[in-house]
Amino acid sequence: MNSNTKFNILRTLLSVGIALLISFILILLTSHEPVKAVVKLLTGPLESTRRFGNVIEAMIPLIFTGVGVSIMFSANQINLAGEGSFHIGGLVATVIALNTTLPAGISPIVCILLAGIAGSLVTAIPAVLKIKTESDILVSSLMMNYLILYFSNYILSYFIKDPSAGSVVSYAVPEMTQFSTIFAGTRIHIGLFIAIVVALLGYVFLYKTKLGYELRVTGENQDFARYSGINVLKITLISSLLGGFVIGLGGGVEILGMYSRFSWTSLLGYGWDAIIITTLAKKNPLYVPFAAFFLAYLRTGASIMSRSTDVATEIVIITQGLIILLVVAEQFLSKYKHKMIAKEAKATLGNVKEVE
Amino acid sequence: MILNALLSPEFFNAALRATTPILFATLASAVASKSGIINMALEGIMLFSALFGVLFSAAFQSAWLGLFVTMILGGFIGFVLAFFVLKLKTDEILAAIAINLIATGGTVFLMLTVSGDRGVSSSIKSLQLPRVALPLIENIPFLGEIISNQNILTYISLIMVVVVHIFLYKTPLGLRIRAVGENKDAAESVGISSQKIQFTALIISGLLAAMGGFFLSGGYMTYFTKDMSAGRGFIALAASTMGGNTPIGGFLVSLLFGAAQAFSNIMQMGASLPYELVQMLPYATTLIGLGIYSYSLMKKRHRLSGK
Repeated sequence: MNSNTKFNILRTLLSVGIALLISFILILLTSHEPVKAVVKLLTGPLESTRRFGNVIEAMIPLIFTGVGVSIMFSANQINLAGEGSFHIGGLVATVIALNTTLPAGISPIVCILLAGIAGSLVTAIPAVLKIKTESDILVSSLMMNYLILYFSNYILSYFIKDPSAGSVVSYAVPEMTQFSTIFAGTRIHIGLFIAIVVALLGYVFLYKTKLGYELRVTGENQDFARYSGINVLKITLISSLLGGFVIGLGGGVEILGMYSRFSWTSLLGYGWDAIIITTLAKKNPLYVPFAAFFLAYLRTGASIMSRSTDVATEIVIITQGLIILLVVAEQFLSKYKHKMIAKEAKATLGNVKEVE
Repeated sequence: MILNALLSPEFFNAALRATTPILFATLASAVASKSGIINMALEGIMLFSALFGVLFSAAFQSAWLGLFVTMILGGFIGFVLAFFVLKLKTDEILAAIAINLIATGGTVFLMLTVSGDRGVSSSIKSLQLPRVALPLIENIPFLGEIISNQNILTYISLIMVVVVHIFLYKTPLGLRIRAVGENKDAAESVGISSQKIQFTALIISGLLAAMGGFFLSGGYMTYFTKDMSAGRGFIALAASTMGGNTPIGGFLVSLLFGAAQAFSNIMQMGASLPYELVQMLPYATTLIGLGIYSYSLMKKRHRLSGK
């Protein structure tokens, strides 16, 4: 392990530590029972099988969005329409499940695949706009999220709403299309396996295939990529399509695994969660499950904390923001990095002398 | 019926009202973009400012003092963004996303801590800036009804268009901001400290966005609700881009968005179209507008380079 990797890991851990510390201080300042709150936040998820199950359940969608955004960010496509992809994925899976009669084994597969395709269309629109008009992908992708939200609300209220239900929710998805749980006492569903496979495939694609290599080169230096004969426009489109597909898949899996009805009437924030996961995982799908586990653990802990103490769950959103700020701040701890590199250089020099 | 509603002075009046917060943020985005930094934290600054406005106008029992403190804090958030981007070399988009996240969580957390309210600041007795009837102008038929009787911040936002224009194009600091944004190295070579200029630009950007945020809870509405900026910071980013990052251009585009917003409000009441589809209007307008604008810009660029 060279000093650069070591430094990166160290800095990431330290950033997370500092962000947590600041959050604890905030809890200390505002809560009447700060110790109980912090203990609940950190150990709450371990208290029972069901609660640890909650962590894994929460981790599943985060893996999908994390992998999807990692693919797009690896190509330096700052496409933030993942939020919309996830949302439409959930909607499409619901609509297909409600309106088709397919054999039990095939039905969920068709649902999530179509969810993925819908998701890829959402991220592809800003990419196509970028290719055709050179408009800023950042801004157009942000607009997509709101378009998708209201479009989904429209479909929900006019086409799939269950009038007999008390709130604005769709009809229940047929039992045979829903994912079965795999661990008794929890709601962990087979989506977990799909998520892990997606993370592995994402890794293989980005780091072991020619296309993945081209994608990363384009992300590193677009001009260099263009001069080396890489079709940058193609990469822009492919990374967006693929990223959106994975995220849309996640939306479909989430609906079939965790909900029996479509009930999302506001943006869920998965697109923003994906950013922190991508940052922690350094855009590598292989590390995404770990980052997703961390965030899911923190979330579950926070929700347990807010139920048993006076601290609001929102504290974790602050922690998330702080983690992003510190992890991506290149100059943070840079002095230490210099020292580490200098030390290593000296050590190498020393070795050389000894050999002589 | 819709056409009648669209041609009524009430519609234009509402459009101007809806334009106000977007306009402030658009000007904020223009100043930042001219200095070469995309300020995507506008969304978070507006959200924080909407809460600060409620808290400080209640604390001081003065809306003006509340606005003043809110602006200072907005400028401070701009400074924090600049610090991370310029001193700690943080990616400007990721830093902004982080600030927006902290705003989403922080505002709810703060409101809960201060007042015990969740979601809506109903127990905080906040103050609003007044609506003003303009003498003489209010007597002009049609136009008077549109322009008069707006919130005073709406007038200030219109004045700010001129002020920011003069600032960017007629003052030494404005010239420096544009110089740094155009070519950092060239500006450095004539002795301009690009860091200092970008710090200043982002602080000014924060001040302007804070005014827009204050208007949300101290003019447009009379209370703070969770996530009340509702993507206006992002719309402003788009409006500013479409307006070529100029104050006048940004003003015209934000008027368009304000009108789309007001139109969707009218349609919601009329209910001849599904409410949800109408809500898509401002965002669809932005997306299509952005595409058309960028396309024309691209064509122009190609034409120029072709010759």
